[in-house]
Amino acid sequence: MPSIKVLAEREEKGVRFTGGHTLCAGCAEPMVVRTVLNAIADPVVVASPTGCLEVATSRFPGTAWNVPWIHVAFENAAAVISGVEAAYKALKKRGRLEKRVRFVVFGGDGGTYDIGLQALSGALERGHDFLYVCVNNEAYMNTGVQRSSATPKCAAATTAPVGEAIPGKPQERKDLTEIVVAHGIPYVAQAAVSHLIDLANKVERAMNYEGPKFINVLTTCPLGWRTPRDSAIQQAKLAVETRYWPLYEVIEGRYKINHKPKERVPVEEWLKTQGRFRHLLRDPRGQELIAQIQAEVDRRWESLLRKEQCFAVGA
Amino acid sequence: MRKAITGHKAVAEAMRQVEPDVVAVYPITPQSEIAEYYADYVHNGLVQTELIPVESEHSALSACVGAAAAGGRVMTATSSQGLALMVEVLYIAAGLRLPIVMALANRSLSAPINIHCDHSDAYLCRDSGAIQIFTESAQEAYDYTLMAQRIAEDMRVRLPVIVNLDGFTLTHTVQPVDLLEDGVAKKFVGAFKPVYPLLDLDKPVTWGPFALPDYYFELKRAQQAGMEVVPEVFLEVQRDFSKVSGRHYAGFFEAYKAEDAEYVMVVLGSTAGTAKVAVDELRARGIKAGLVKPWLWRPFPAQAIAEALKHAKALAILDRAFSFGTMGALLQDVASALYPQERKPVLVNYIYGLGGRDITVPNLIRVFEELPQVKKTGWALRYIGLRE
Repeated sequence: MPSIKVLAEREEKGVRFTGGHTLCAGCAEPMVVRTVLNAIADPVVVASPTGCLEVATSRFPGTAWNVPWIHVAFENAAAVISGVEAAYKALKKRGRLEKRVRFVVFGGDGGTYDIGLQALSGALERGHDFLYVCVNNEAYMNTGVQRSSATPKCAAATTAPVGEAIPGKPQERKDLTEIVVAHGIPYVAQAAVSHLIDLANKVERAMNYEGPKFINVLTTCPLGWRTPRDSAIQQAKLAVETRYWPLYEVIEGRYKINHKPKERVPVEEWLKTQGRFRHLLRDPRGQELIAQIQAEVDRRWESLLRKEQCFAVGA
Repeated sequence: MRKAITGHKAVAEAMRQVEPDVVAVYPITPQSEIAEYYADYVHNGLVQTELIPVESEHSALSACVGAAAAGGRVMTATSSQGLALMVEVLYIAAGLRLPIVMALANRSLSAPINIHCDHSDAYLCRDSGAIQIFTESAQEAYDYTLMAQRIAEDMRVRLPVIVNLDGFTLTHTVQPVDLLEDGVAKKFVGAFKPVYPLLDLDKPVTWGPFALPDYYFELKRAQQAGMEVVPEVFLEVQRDFSKVSGRHYAGFFEAYKAEDAEYVMVVLGSTAGTAKVAVDELRARGIKAGLVKPWLWRPFPAQAIAEALKHAKALAILDRAFSFGTMGALLQDVASALYPQERKPVLVNYIYGLGGRDITVPNLIRVFEELPQVKKTGWALRYIGLRE
């Protein structure tokens, strides 16, 4: 498993994602990108849909990418990487390429959960050999914090504002990780930017499998979550500790929860640190809504535990 | 080698001979048989192509863009709503200067939904930056599919090319088609030269960057320069193709009895075949009728078209799609082309054949008969074969 030392050595040998991009102060996305790319020993080609990461790293004539990288549009990164991977196979077959190349997508939650879901599902079903990393900060942050299907219930978003009648987003977030699991691909995982070694391990394990791999990584957006700029890691860690964002893997259909918090930390502990949930603490209906959020967190955690019991790794 | 085959089969055979690295395709009537024939070639080991049976046309062209940027030779095919779904990516393919060749089985756009031929799909992407070629027959569809590779991949051009063939009329009709020997076709098309391929790992390239007002304009201007050189390349490729095929292609359009014609019809696609019969009939009556059938529609060869048409008394310009709220797109092209001329023919714009409405020789004879009665170019659209 790659240690911090190994990751650092790889980065020193050849920086794959450089500084000089224009991502916001306090944004944790670069940590995800660097960790994933450093966890892969082979050469990589990267695709990104439209989003924060794309806009902030590819402003012509500059680029933050020291690896081959492509952006085409918002909803099609999985289709684009399908084409890149197919061309690679074709050129290899014709003897015009020899090296083993790995294909990685970094897409935001908008480009993955919502507008890009069809292209993602198609690419997973066709079995292209690639790793899709969803850099999930739970809203359309690039365009100004509009709600996505990854946005948690009750969070304030610019298209789901806290109004007199409706307090933030009325719907629960989509469980994309389980939707991906349903495709029966060899490797699926959830990770968080607070647990970088866990993320690196997952990438390394994922790369042992031929075919589609998917990792849903929770990251934070200080602007959209309305949190201090130095708190991204704490935020993600609290999401894991409250069981809001379980760290787990599904390897060839077998479940493994990577971290089971010893204490039962109420989800309110996480909610109350973020401006997007502030209204819940003031609103007279707030406690009831927090109870609903807690109930859904518990339901999903229980469901995950049962899946692990029934379909454990090595069972 | 002469074979009796459909337009579909003719295009699929050209694709087999090109044998691209990647074909990403999604079925739609009346294009599906191209996808089916190609899948058959792949599944029987006749080609080494990687076939991507995508889940939508949007993904078809997106996968083509990825594959072409990666350094592969790429082809696809679609029709109507499928093209409508692709349009976003078509603009991007042109902006990224990717030489993707696509057959377009022309079919009307919804609503109402209709599977039959008109040119609303081609007109939809008129300004996309893709080169567009129209064909009259299965033979032309085959020939131009091969020529399109050379035009798209020319280092001065590097743009996507759409080869239009009328849905059902050409795609599903069996016609005699002369096919080149595989080796001759392959030699004509030549080897593919990738430019800054993603898969060149030693020279990592950022594809599809974000360009702000400080660069966007210059990049689009460079794209226009690629389009401006197309006419020159088109003629060169025709010359080479004529040599290897023995079929004579010279010029941006076919002029049929147009040289001394007083009344000229301008029409795209398979209707030109019907128009030739009408022209012959009028010539037999002593009326100087003629036809101009553009092969190259985008870029529009304005100067050459103006030269060919300026001496006529009147032109019937036929559009197989509305450009709602204004005159037909082909009329606009021809009118603009003629504007600098001192002496201009009278222009009459006809809308015809929408949603596969049949167009007959008597229909077109009537157009030629009414043309001399029109004394002045006006803005009233006329319709062929419409119940009003």
